[in-house]
Amino acid sequence: MSRRPYIRPVQRSTWWLAQPRYIRYMAREVTSAFLCAYSLLIIVGLVRLAQGPLAYDAFLAAVYSTSGQVFSLLTLIFAIYHTYTWFQVTPKAMPIRKGGKLIAGSIIVGAHWFVFLIASVIILYLVGM
Amino acid sequence: MSRDTVQLEILRYDPEKDSEPYFSTYEVPFNDDWVVLDAINYVKENLDRTLTYRWSCHMAVCGSCGMVINGEPVLSCHTFMRDYGDKIRIEPLQNFPVERDLVVVIDDFVEKLGSVKPYIVPKVEKTVDEGEYIQSPAQLAVFKQYTACINCLLCYSACPQVGLNPGFVGPAALALAHRYNLDSRDVGRAAREDVVASNPGIWECSFVGACSEVCPKSVDPAAAIQQTKIASTVDYFTDFLTPWRKQ
Ligand code: SF4
Repeated sequence: MSRRPYIRPVQRSTWWLAQPRYIRYMAREVTSAFLCAYSLLIIVGLVRLAQGPLAYDAFLAAVYSTSGQVFSLLTLIFAIYHTYTWFQVTPKAMPIRKGGKLIAGSIIVGAHWFVFLIASVIILYLVGM
Repeated sequence: MSRDTVQLEILRYDPEKDSEPYFSTYEVPFNDDWVVLDAINYVKENLDRTLTYRWSCHMAVCGSCGMVINGEPVLSCHTFMRDYGDKIRIEPLQNFPVERDLVVVIDDFVEKLGSVKPYIVPKVEKTVDEGEYIQSPAQLAVFKQYTACINCLLCYSACPQVGLNPGFVGPAALALAHRYNLDSRDVGRAAREDVVASNPGIWECSFVGACSEVCPKSVDPAAAIQQTKIASTVDYFTDFLTPWRKQ
């Protein structure tokens, strides 16, 4: 009897369409691109600020334009989704034991949202000042 | 809904005759109590004796009857026929070469498993006369879930990184490495790091999480790998910041 194992081809560019769980994974990863783009936008803003009031005003005008606002809104939605997906998996990466028992995942996830909320309030307060 | 028969579409491949696999369809009686493995056994016993597949315990313990059923890696002994429609598509586990029909070649996995030293490396080797290595229930609880692996390889079939990067050590082997690293009787962590903390080890994992979703034993290999990533990162920075502590 001869052996001739058959190797099935791997869909290198479309594999993630094969299952809903892969699509969910891709959604989690791809939304981070918007976070990256938004960070770049803030860096550009800093550069424009350094260039003087005229440059900064033009930058602000672009940010407050319709397309700028659409981009900001999309980034906000994607950022929240991205944050949600990662907070959901934190109990896997950081299981905490107390008195020999595992602390419920919902407490770990909840703690992340709590810190997130506090940090947001502090930042909003500082920005408002 | 009462059904009399169900069609099984089974992937067939005979290395001596076929240039590539193809599907054969078999009509089997519908039985409310049957798992898919029973239906496959029916085919073997009544319709086609050449059908080749692995199975043994019929109770989700031996880990040998893993297959892809309607696109999902499952244990065929643990999956009821009644939960599917009139057609059930059965394929060998993904990401492994097909030896024949539903049998895959798992040599590569066995090698990877061995490479993570999946056994206790004690600080001081004891003879049997010297007695056991004592462990408290609390120390056992830390890693117990990772001992439940039955090497069924459903996680390798579900993991896209295994398919894209065949060198990836993979979920079950890394989960087992984590199991021994967490064991209070073990000091083998440093010896496992070469394989575990390498690029083909934990860093090939992008945390898709599919392994944990399909695992029939709730081992949660994805959790094991992320915890190992954190531990390795902490090691790296500790070594970097306190080089004098490195032995
Ligand atoms: S980790 Fe789970 S899915 Fe993977 S081989 Fe072990 S029991 Fe099977």
